[in-house]
Amino acid sequence: MTYATCLGCRECAREFPLEALHVCDFCFGPLEVNYDHDGIQSKISRERIESGPRSIWRYIDLLPVDEDFIVDLNVGWTPLLKADRLADRLGMRELWIKNDTCNPSWSFKDRVVAVAASRAKQMGFKTLACASTGNLANSVSAHAARAGMEAIVFIPHDLEAGKVLGSAVYNPTIVSVNGSYDDVNRLCSELADNRHWAFVNINVRPYYAEGSRTLAYEVAEQLGWRAPRQVVAPMASGSLFTKIHKGFQEFQQYGLIEETPVRMIGAQAEGCSPITTAWRNETTNIRPVKPNTIAKSLAIGNPADGYYALKTMKRTDGGSTAVTDPEVVEGIRMLAECEGVFAETAGGVTIAGLRQAIETGQVDPDETTVAFITGGGLKTADAVVEHVTQPIPVEGTLQSFEDAFAEAPEAVGVGG
Amino acid sequence: MATRRVRFTFEGDAVKEPVIYLVGHEFDVVTNIRMADVEHDFGWVVLELDGDHDEIDRALAWVADKGVRIDPVAGDVVES
Repeated sequence: MTYATCLGCRECAREFPLEALHVCDFCFGPLEVNYDHDGIQSKISRERIESGPRSIWRYIDLLPVDEDFIVDLNVGWTPLLKADRLADRLGMRELWIKNDTCNPSWSFKDRVVAVAASRAKQMGFKTLACASTGNLANSVSAHAARAGMEAIVFIPHDLEAGKVLGSAVYNPTIVSVNGSYDDVNRLCSELADNRHWAFVNINVRPYYAEGSRTLAYEVAEQLGWRAPRQVVAPMASGSLFTKIHKGFQEFQQYGLIEETPVRMIGAQAEGCSPITTAWRNETTNIRPVKPNTIAKSLAIGNPADGYYALKTMKRTDGGSTAVTDPEVVEGIRMLAECEGVFAETAGGVTIAGLRQAIETGQVDPDETTVAFITGGGLKTADAVVEHVTQPIPVEGTLQSFEDAFAEAPEAVGVGG
Repeated sequence: MATRRVRFTFEGDAVKEPVIYLVGHEFDVVTNIRMADVEHDFGWVVLELDGDHDEIDRALAWVADKGVRIDPVAGDVVES
């Protein structure tokens, strides 16, 4: 049985039933899930969690879903890698990489969609829907297939064919909208009000967002039941960023880890950095922007949770970074070359943002730091294809190989 | 009749214009402000519009022509 009790407005605290609602009827503030904290406290323990499945569902006591309705693709419990070589490169003492490229559809979106799909099933929905250019559509399509639900995915008409494939293989209905991203936004917002569909990031967004907390739970558990002192995470809508912090707070509240202040540092690409811009201008008023960056998975020009991300930064003595597209590519390469992890552009933003945060004093290189890598590199291979190692052409003879190899100064073993 | 919940974002000179007042005068649409934050050169207003569906569309097109950005209250929902 879930300990979720109701939805609560983040602005005026009014309460609403656990239904497909996302905006407060009174002030239009966003809704989030409230829980019976005493009930959770009486049941939860390290041992209970450790005896659970190796997935996000080991934390079911903290999620708004009843066990009977779980849509299970074995999401989560992804590796936490101690990144010593990257730490050396960046001049850090202790760096960890939370590698969420290992999820079933290769991004952290599986966490949020798993919770949204399960809750949607519990509420009797037969159809999952979303508006997406990639990761979210992949995950919604996969989870709908797993659950035996219908999936309907809205995409901008000019989306590259390769990005549609990762969803199309699961056989969803794909609607290509002839218009701008703003048109897709408007259409889907209206449809969410008019159709009995679970739009995962619109009418069931309060449940969807809860899935991100599992990133913090896993990190704390994998660190040996402790929180890191610093976190660097990418920011698109800002929801992931705020929920990671909330996850650490909850573990402290329930006595699962010691009370440790966790400084939250956000990372954005310069070509879409409305939250970082507001942070630098010392305002909580976020000015929407038109995205122009290779980090497409972070390209949300009008971030729904940007205000709350800024509050989280301020409350934790954190910070915010914005990096150029060449720095994003460099970040992807550094992570791959040092740690063997191939991240999509959002991961490049995180690593480049980490470096910038060290250079600007926002991250202390001597403190335990976790960087969140949220998606796999094959999703955005185009971004790095011209910046990676090229093959050495040789004929099929030993002489040809020796000649060519001797002229390749960076090749392994040359001169040895 | 229809209801639409939207967020207007004003920048520059658009902040000085009584756009919401004029929507109520020029169109058969009732405006109901729920949240707002306005600075000297920037501001946003979250409001509800009541009226005929097409009339709301016309009103919003007019507002957009004034240089005001219009978004759903949930922000951008097209995610990667």
